[in-house]
Amino acid sequence: MIPRYQKILFVILLIAALGMGLKLWQLRERAHKRLLTGQTVAPTAAPVVAPAEQATLVVANDLDNSLVPQVHSLPLPADPGARARAVLGKLLDLYAAPESTHQVTGGAASVAQVFLLRAQGARDPGDQLAVVNLTGTFAASHPAGLETESLTVLSICATLRSNLPNVTEVRFLVDGVERPTLAGHADLTRTYLTSEAAPVEGTRL
Amino acid sequence: MHWSRAIAVLVAGGLSLQSGAQQAPPTSGTRFVVVIDAAHGGDDTGAHLSSGQLEKAANLALSVRLRSLLAARGFQVVTTRENDASVDLNHRAEIANHASAAVCLSLHVTESGSGVHLFASSLAPAPPTRFMPWKTAQAAWETRSLALAGAVNSALTHAGLNVTLGRIPLPGVESMTCPALAVELGPQRDPDKKITAEPDNPDYQAQVATALAAAVLEWRYDPSRTEARQQ
Repeated sequence: MIPRYQKILFVILLIAALGMGLKLWQLRERAHKRLLTGQTVAPTAAPVVAPAEQATLVVANDLDNSLVPQVHSLPLPADPGARARAVLGKLLDLYAAPESTHQVTGGAASVAQVFLLRAQGARDPGDQLAVVNLTGTFAASHPAGLETESLTVLSICATLRSNLPNVTEVRFLVDGVERPTLAGHADLTRTYLTSEAAPVEGTRL
Repeated sequence: MHWSRAIAVLVAGGLSLQSGAQQAPPTSGTRFVVVIDAAHGGDDTGAHLSSGQLEKAANLALSVRLRSLLAARGFQVVTTRENDASVDLNHRAEIANHASAAVCLSLHVTESGSGVHLFASSLAPAPPTRFMPWKTAQAAWETRSLALAGAVNSALTHAGLNVTLGRIPLPGVESMTCPALAVELGPQRDPDKKITAEPDNPDYQAQVATALAAAVLEWRYDPSRTEARQQ
């Protein structure tokens, strides 16, 4: 014979179990509807992160070994590091275009990061050293040659100088580490001065 | 290690110190040595040319042509490599410095650009000193290197070749104590920019080698070779 209090307890637990099951089913349905609704309202256009501004890009030409300043309008973030990356990305996008006079594949994605540090031994306390971290893919696909590699390096230095006057020195990394040359010729172990796009011996990070 | 190289530079270029003629370059005597440096070699292949050839082989071919032409004109020629050997940049400079060369030419070829690219080091000219830093020893020869670039440019242009000039960082060359240039042979193009000769084309290389040999001959008797002084 089952005691009466046990029968009452069993009925209460059964009702609670059924209630919780019903509530769980309702929550699942609600989450499913929310998920479907979220998919339909996902943004389809990239948000504008910065207003467009004029930037001077110093563009290389392989045919006459020249560097020519060109003014372009592009979104430029306020943060100097992001700004430097944006202008260099645009410069490398120009080089990746089919009509480019300095054909280098890779485009903007080839600039992994640009770090701005205080320049060592700088006369002006505001002088900065830009460390440009390029991707290994960019270096591997870069045409080999004294002229073409030097033009890439010097155009990056000159473009940084044009848009970030505080950047007086530039060093290069590839995939985060120092590399002897870009593609067998241009020296990446030295510090380049943006003022003359010429190296300074004996300086290290 | 760099001290020993600095002493080597002193020994190679500084015999004139004993005679008190510090400003006179070591090339002012009757001995006229040309150093030809075929860039890359061994594991360092350099560029891959569209013909399938490697830059190191094309450089060596150009080096052999130029050496033959210069030897036929009576020049003493020293090469940094005669086969597919790997030669360190510092060792190339040591060979040039021990030869007390009057001309040092580092040869390259490339698939990009047009014509012949002439490069002098971008080091600021400096007066010769008793001890020179190994990595910037070329600074004392920079003025003469620029004068040599003018002579080579003139000869190449006279031969109908398209020439571009520049000053860039040149590891290896910057340790040489001689008038030194990097000569990069790019494709020959017509006025429409279409390629008419690849840089490893034998006829094209022969044309360039002939013009370079003429430039060296002209340089031998060029007053600026011995009169150029550092700024």
